[in-house]
Amino acid sequence: MAIQKTYEEINEKIRRGEAVVLTAEEVSQMALTCTPEEIAEKVDVVTTATFGAMCSSGAIVNFGHANPPIRMEKIRLNGVPAYEGLAAVDTYIGATACDPENPKYGGAHVIQDLVDGKDIELEAWGKGTDCYPRKHIKTVINKETVNEMILFNPRNAYQNYPVAVNSTSQMKYTYMGSLLPNMRNATYSTSGELSPLLNDPEMKTIGIGTRIFLGGTQGFVVWPGTQFNTSKPKNEFGIPVGNSATLAVMGNLKEMSSEFLQAAYYEKYGVSLFVGIGIPIPVLNADIAKNVSIRNEQIETTVCDYGVEGSPALGRVNYAELRSGEIEVQGKKIRTAPVSSLSKARKIAEILKQSILAGEFEISKPVQMFPTNTSLKSLKEVKGGTE
Amino acid sequence: MQKKRYVLKFPPQSGDQPFSYHLVKDFDIRINILRAEVWPGKTGSLVLELEGTTTNLKNGIAYLQENQVSCEPLNKKITWDNARCISCGNCTAVCFAGALQMDPEKWELQFDPEKCIVCELCVPACPLNLFKIDFRE
Ligand code: SF4
Ligand code: SF4
Repeated sequence: MAIQKTYEEINEKIRRGEAVVLTAEEVSQMALTCTPEEIAEKVDVVTTATFGAMCSSGAIVNFGHANPPIRMEKIRLNGVPAYEGLAAVDTYIGATACDPENPKYGGAHVIQDLVDGKDIELEAWGKGTDCYPRKHIKTVINKETVNEMILFNPRNAYQNYPVAVNSTSQMKYTYMGSLLPNMRNATYSTSGELSPLLNDPEMKTIGIGTRIFLGGTQGFVVWPGTQFNTSKPKNEFGIPVGNSATLAVMGNLKEMSSEFLQAAYYEKYGVSLFVGIGIPIPVLNADIAKNVSIRNEQIETTVCDYGVEGSPALGRVNYAELRSGEIEVQGKKIRTAPVSSLSKARKIAEILKQSILAGEFEISKPVQMFPTNTSLKSLKEVKGGTE
Repeated sequence: MQKKRYVLKFPPQSGDQPFSYHLVKDFDIRINILRAEVWPGKTGSLVLELEGTTTNLKNGIAYLQENQVSCEPLNKKITWDNARCISCGNCTAVCFAGALQMDPEKWELQFDPEKCIVCELCVPACPLNLFKIDFRE
C-alpha cells in the first residue's frame, strides 16, 4: 500500500526520538539507489536551507515610551532612517535603508548591531502634541532596552533565481556581485538541491504557519512573499526556471545570532542582509519523497544579461554546471561564482536536522496553503499622476 | 637566483619596444607576467615576476630605467579577514589570478596569496569589506 504519513505521526516519532532526518543533499544521494516509495518509507523529515543576501528584509522595533513622551515623526538609528508612520514609538527599519551621506552603513547593519547587543543611537523628532508634548529625543538603545524587536522579511528564500552575466564593455556592480565586462564571469545565487522551495516546488508542505529556522532561532512563514509568482515556465522536473515563489518570514530578532544574519554592502548598489533560513520538509508520501530527491543537474535556471535593460535571457544552465566552475552560454565558456554561501546553508540544514533529532523542533502543518495561480504585474507609468 | 615582483610603467612612446625580449636574452632573466595593461601608443603598466641573479636583475632594471620605463618593487599585498568570511563567493567572481577560489567540496573560500597579483578587484567585490591593501613590504 502506498505510504501516507501525517504531520502528527511524524511529530510523535520526533518526540520519541525515532524520526529519521536527512538533509536535502543527503536524500538526493540516497535517491541514486532508492525509489521514492523506499525513501517515503525510510525518511521522515528532510532539511533544506539557504544563506543569501535578501534585500526585502527588516525589523519591527518598539522603543518604549520616554518621560515626557514623544510621538516619533522622524526617526534615525545610528543615522539610518527608520519608518516614522507606525504609532508613537514603533518603527520598521528596512535592511536597505541608508543615509546617503554614509551609504556603506545601512538598516542591515543596524539590525546586525542590535542582534549583537551593541548600543545604537536613537534620535527622533515630533511636532509635540497634547498627549506627546516632547519634540526631540537623543538617546541610546540596545537589545535589552527595547520592548520588542521582530525580524519581518516580506520577500525571502526565492524559489530559484537567474544567473547574472554582463555583455557590455563596462563593469557592472549589482546585487549579484561585480559583473565583469564581455561576459567574463557569471554569478548564481541559490543553494541548488539544498534550497527550500526547490525541494517542494509546488509547496505541498510549506505554507502559512510553517515553523522554520530563521537567523539562528525558530521563526515562521507568515505569508506568501511579495512578487510570489507561480506562472513561471517549468522544466521537465517541475522546477521553475527563473525567480518564482517567495516567502514572507517572521521571528524574534532578540533570539537571533549574527552568525546567521549578516549585513552586507554591495559596491555602487547598496546595503542588503544575508539571512539564514532552514525549512524542514515532512516526507508524507512518495510524491514528496520524489520532490526532495531533486539533484543539481535537474535544477535549471535562466542566464540573464544584467548589462542590458530588461535583463534579457541568454540561455539555460543547470546547477551541476554552475558548481563545476564553468558554464557555456551561446557557445562561450564563462567562469562561474556563487554569491550565496553554500557552506553556511549546509550548516543550517545540519543544525535543523540535529534539533529535530533531539526533539527540540517539531514540524508544523500549514494553517493555509499558498495560492497556486499568481503572476507578476509591472509598474505602469501614468503621465501626470492623477491630475 | 632571486625572484621578485615589480610594477613597470611605460611612457606612451615605448609601447611597442620588445623589453621582455631583451630582459630574457641580454640579462638571462625569467619573466612571469602577472598583469598586463599595455596599449600601443598609450601608457601602460605591467606586473612582472622577475627571476635571475642579483647582478642580472640589477642590470636589467637599470636597462629598463634608461629606456624611461619606471620599475618599482611591488610592495603592496592583499590581506583577508578570514575569521569574518561567510564564504559567499562574491570575491571569486572577479579574481582571475585564481588566488581566491571556493573549495569544491566544502565550499569555503581559499586564499592563496602566492597567486595574488594585487589587481584589487576583490576589495570592492566583498560585501563584508574583508580585503585590505597592505602597503608594507
Ligand atoms: S566576498 Fe568576502 S565574505 Fe564573501 S567569500 Fe569573499 S571574502 Fe568571504
Ligand atoms: S587582488 Fe584580489 S582579486 Fe586581485 S588577484 Fe589578488 S586576491 Fe585576486
